[in-house]
Amino acid sequence: MRALTWHGKHDVRMDTVPDPEIVNPRDAVIKVTSTAICGSDLHLYDHYIPTMQAGDILGHEFMGEVVEVGAKSTLKKGQRVVVPFTISCGSCYHCNKHQYSACPNGLPADNQDIARQPYGHEMAGLFGYSHMTGGYAGGQAEYVRVPFSDVGPIVIPDGVPDDKVLFLSDILPTGWQAAEYAEIEPGDTVAVWGCGPVGLFAIQSAFLMGAERVIAIDHFPNRLALAKRFGAETINFEESATYDALMTMTGGIGPDAVIDAVGLEAHGLFLDNVIDQIKASTFLGTDRIHALRQAIIACRKGGRVSMPAVYGGFVDKFPLGAFMEKGLTLKTGQTHVQHYMPGLLNAIMEDKIDTEFLISHRMPLEDAPKGYKMFHDEQNETTKIVLKTA
Amino acid sequence: MTNHSTDDAPSSASKQDATAAGDGLQDAQGDSAVARAVTIAKPAAEVYAYFRDFANLPTFMENVVSIDVRDDRTSHWVVKAPAGQTVEWDAIVTEDEPNRLIAWTSAEGADVPNSGRVEFRDAGQRGTVVTATILYDPPLGVVGKVVAKLFQREPAIQARRDLNRFKQLMETGEIATAAVNKAQYEKEGI
Repeated sequence: MRALTWHGKHDVRMDTVPDPEIVNPRDAVIKVTSTAICGSDLHLYDHYIPTMQAGDILGHEFMGEVVEVGAKSTLKKGQRVVVPFTISCGSCYHCNKHQYSACPNGLPADNQDIARQPYGHEMAGLFGYSHMTGGYAGGQAEYVRVPFSDVGPIVIPDGVPDDKVLFLSDILPTGWQAAEYAEIEPGDTVAVWGCGPVGLFAIQSAFLMGAERVIAIDHFPNRLALAKRFGAETINFEESATYDALMTMTGGIGPDAVIDAVGLEAHGLFLDNVIDQIKASTFLGTDRIHALRQAIIACRKGGRVSMPAVYGGFVDKFPLGAFMEKGLTLKTGQTHVQHYMPGLLNAIMEDKIDTEFLISHRMPLEDAPKGYKMFHDEQNETTKIVLKTA
Repeated sequence: MTNHSTDDAPSSASKQDATAAGDGLQDAQGDSAVARAVTIAKPAAEVYAYFRDFANLPTFMENVVSIDVRDDRTSHWVVKAPAGQTVEWDAIVTEDEPNRLIAWTSAEGADVPNSGRVEFRDAGQRGTVVTATILYDPPLGVVGKVVAKLFQREPAIQARRDLNRFKQLMETGEIATAAVNKAQYEKEGI
């Protein structure tokens, strides 16, 4: 089959690789119909995430048709499914608590050791996202082997187009969880850093959860325009001072909750960010956290910090003093996708959440390398690329 | 045996005594000890029963080539060693408390003298805490231990990985693999 493979920094290629098969009884094999490039795939593209190997198949946002099932799969051939990016067993302690992305059972035992030293525990198994998360072949391919197919994939009713439901795989639940972690109360003002796909879904979710105002912060005019479309007020950080704007817009209080939907590759010419970039490029630090610092400084006293953004390593100049003295709460983590999928599918079917607005480009899977370059180089115009198989 | 009245940490975490994990083992054999614990979301009776049938162990113990169960107390183990070699021994069950404890020691003439115990403790809603303690003489002495580390077959790492595979098998009915097809799975093993 054909698949998008990683070979190094800014080097992804279409390769012909072996077809996947059923290996374990709960597996299914999915023939991919639509698969998206995620903002977090750009962290792999930029080689910010360790434990990648040449030839790894990328992609963790995908859906398709069931073509093979193992003896213990509950899926049927021909069903259309969206697959969650986390590989969770559904029966361990964490899964029983619906903390699906904490499930250890999707991760091969040898790979569990990779994260144990830096993080103290293993990560969850993820599709197409480095060997720290299992080294699983991802979904930017014609076919994918999907473990635990009896508890992960959600069956999509006939007649519902791919583009409407594809984002159930990651970014929609991730944006929703981000808003949920902001513990929004009626009348709240929520500030969202980053109007990428997760930020834009967090904005929609925050309003659905009762936020009175959402203030969106970015520097790409096209992305800020999308945020406005959902009722957010906007701050372009290249034109305005974010902290000053937020304080004035909130009557000197600060936002009740702040959401960092930017992550470890924050943009912008700020002194701390430049230092972070130098440190990251000289391996003195690994992550750039400008957005998170700014969010903590702006957040009102006693407020909440929600961090859906991906971080991988260590940071310095974390404003620990501000965090403590203001009595903030931080909630974060990989998304418990399986927990949110059924409710969000309903919300899509009832037109409470708009998903298709996000897609700026559709292209054949064969053009995936071009898609990565576009998504990386032209972030204003490129909000989301969906790849289609023939 | 050390006795720190203000330190409730398990003896396997001792910074002073590398063999402390083996305290209390009957017929203790070997100078190096490892102890690892894992919580399995299944009742102790179920977890014990699967483990007690030693013929099941190679399904999740990566380095165990085969276990030939000779009678209720005796079994013959063939285990992978570094550089493509294997080591063998007869194991004799020294303690067996159903749903609670299994302990063994190797018989005379073992390639790697070893002894150990696996305890099963009821953890209520969380299932069963399984603690494995293994005392062994490293093959080829200290040099062998260093070589084994290079191959990631050092027993402490191996024990943790085997226990995690045991947990996966008991909780999910299968052992996680990223293999895309059966050929790759056969090649890479569990």
